[in-house]
Amino acid sequence: MSTDPSGQVLPLSRGSWAEVLARHGQGHRFAGLLAAAVPGGTRLTVVLALADRLQGYDRLVPDELARVDSLTAHLPAAAWYERAMTDLHGLRVDGQPSPRPLVLPLPGQVSPPRPGGPAPSPALEPDEHVIGLHVDGPGMFTIPHGPVRSGVTESVEYLLETPGEDISHLHVRVFAKHRGIQSRFSGLGLPDATLLAERVEGVASVAHATAFAQAVESALGVQAPVCAGLSRVLHAELERIANHVDVALRLSEAAGLSVAVSRLGWHKERVLRLVSQLCGNRFGRGVVIPGGVSRLPGLAGEQVVAALTGIADALLADADALMRTPSFLDRLRGTGPLDHGLAARHGALGPIGRGSGFDDDDRRLRPYAGYAQLCPEPVLGQAGDAQARLAVRLGEVRESVRLARAAALALEEHRGEPTSVKLPAEDGRGLGWAEAPHGEVLYDVELRAGTVLRAAPRSASLHNLPLFATTFQGDIFTDFPFVEASFGLPIAGVVL
Amino acid sequence: MPWMFRGLRNGVLTTGYPARPDPYGEAWRGAVRLRGSGVPAPGAARLGCPTGALSEAPDGLRLDRGRCILCGRCVEAAPEALEWQAGAEVAALRRDDLLAPSPGPEDEDLEAVRADLATRVSALGRSVHLRHVDAGSDGSEEWELAALWNPVYDAHRLGIYLTASPRHADVLVVTGAGARGMVAPLLATYEAMPRPRVVMALGTDAISGGLVAPSYALTGGIGAIVPVDVWVPGSPPSPLSILHGLLLALGRLPDRRGGRS
Repeated sequence: MSTDPSGQVLPLSRGSWAEVLARHGQGHRFAGLLAAAVPGGTRLTVVLALADRLQGYDRLVPDELARVDSLTAHLPAAAWYERAMTDLHGLRVDGQPSPRPLVLPLPGQVSPPRPGGPAPSPALEPDEHVIGLHVDGPGMFTIPHGPVRSGVTESVEYLLETPGEDISHLHVRVFAKHRGIQSRFSGLGLPDATLLAERVEGVASVAHATAFAQAVESALGVQAPVCAGLSRVLHAELERIANHVDVALRLSEAAGLSVAVSRLGWHKERVLRLVSQLCGNRFGRGVVIPGGVSRLPGLAGEQVVAALTGIADALLADADALMRTPSFLDRLRGTGPLDHGLAARHGALGPIGRGSGFDDDDRRLRPYAGYAQLCPEPVLGQAGDAQARLAVRLGEVRESVRLARAAALALEEHRGEPTSVKLPAEDGRGLGWAEAPHGEVLYDVELRAGTVLRAAPRSASLHNLPLFATTFQGDIFTDFPFVEASFGLPIAGVVL
Repeated sequence: MPWMFRGLRNGVLTTGYPARPDPYGEAWRGAVRLRGSGVPAPGAARLGCPTGALSEAPDGLRLDRGRCILCGRCVEAAPEALEWQAGAEVAALRRDDLLAPSPGPEDEDLEAVRADLATRVSALGRSVHLRHVDAGSDGSEEWELAALWNPVYDAHRLGIYLTASPRHADVLVVTGAGARGMVAPLLATYEAMPRPRVVMALGTDAISGGLVAPSYALTGGIGAIVPVDVWVPGSPPSPLSILHGLLLALGRLPDRRGGRS
């Protein structure tokens, strides 16, 4: 088992979770539990968010054992990670309170794919009957939403358990669009793997490519040039604006505000067009590479500022109008509440955590790329409802405009400098993280002679989506689209 | 009513496409193409195509635009052999039409494909309803498809609508590389549609599986699940490319350049 020289990943002593739980007890956020097949067993990596960086802790579960004690009993946020672990690696998790399949329901006799292992798995057909469903209570029944939803949305199935109108319980079924991404990473060269990272969650291409690239950079002990860091910030903040506008658009759509929907659709289009002017792709793809960026923006700093100012003036005026529209706010206020305590215990990421007053933002606390230089301001809410989450996003749009402008101008001082450093074709392992629009994404990347041996992405979507089902106290069917839109989680990143 | 006058302030934002060319679409880097036919192979390995869209044949280089994710690596590596092709109009009615040089049977076959499609879409008149299904996309294709109803593209002006029910749908728009967990829901949606019906594969992932395939969890394109009538390459394709694909399938592209494209 290789550990990286920078000490980003440490082996757990005594083969138990005690050390992780002790550190979590000291207030370090639980950031994820990743699993990979390694020679002789399955390597489990718990990632904790320390004050200034992420830290991984490895534990090897030998193949002859193939079982491990559950973290979930002490750390409920680990539940979905453990379920995914069982699906993909066949590990038995003792004491897991809800051991149902999540990302890949397979009949018992079928071998799981074991991402990270040497051989690609043959085709695997998921079987939803394996999941099982138990609905109990007088007059209770379930209404399935999905996996084919109305409108243009990603495939996911929500089973609403209800006696009539209240939503008593929500079953979330995400397996339908499992793509086997983690397995696909193994064996790819770094340029190809970066392109794949961009496709883990297409609407957060820049954040994923950045987190992946930074994991590679720490694995190899190199640092991207300043101009590359600033380019990453510029593209990441434009991506954030587009995503947050998209959430506002979906909420307006749910409320039937057709003028707002049109206006926000126009703003979003303008942002994507600006991105395409900078790099030739509307999603910022192909910009970030391990070691730096492939090229600097196609517009000068002043031009970016001018274009962005034009977009921001119209966009922010509409955002203000939206937050003053009573018929709209009535639908958001008190809808889908997530209290601060749960958000903090779970380590809720991104605008969902911040809307509930849980302040954790990698850009500020664990700065990367050019963020240390640009000092992002925190945007926080308290109420924890759909309105607070939207207010946080719109506040972040304002801050993102400032950051993107500052990054574009600062970049001009570095024109003409090399945009990337050369990477040694060595072995190594590293963690990388980036604050995507919907929260932190992280990568655990292991390299062998400069190609990817194993890579495990973890999206904010997987970490946050379990909270979705907890926010329906007192809500009814007609609130559902508002709660869902206010979460704003791309499904592609949940099941990978 | 703060919203009432907001929409009026900016005047008309909508593209003139397809009646007039769209400047953004004309400048869009929609495809990679070979420089002329019989391009000598500079060594496909040297071009480093991540999806195997480029291959070598005895008579030169072959390019499959249905596999290309437009990363541009080959254009940088061998500008003498490959170049960007400007323009958003990249859709095709036959999978083979995405191959260069084209191996397919000649124009009579294309005419037959068109004639078959024309009889099916003739019933759709001037309004057409789309049902979208995500079969394992990365989420970006959904954004570009949904953009068709923003004021810039405004598909409603062309009588193109979204519908929630497959029973009301004329066109099935499928995104994603063919996740095996979506095979049954996709087939159920397809079966629920009234005839005649048209199927679009939206994006390189939907056409060939793109970069995310091969995988144990993917069929590597949706053509393995449902019969496809129109193929729109791109990773993701721009909204204008999607619009072009729809109008191409519906036989509604205006005769702008002497002959239907």
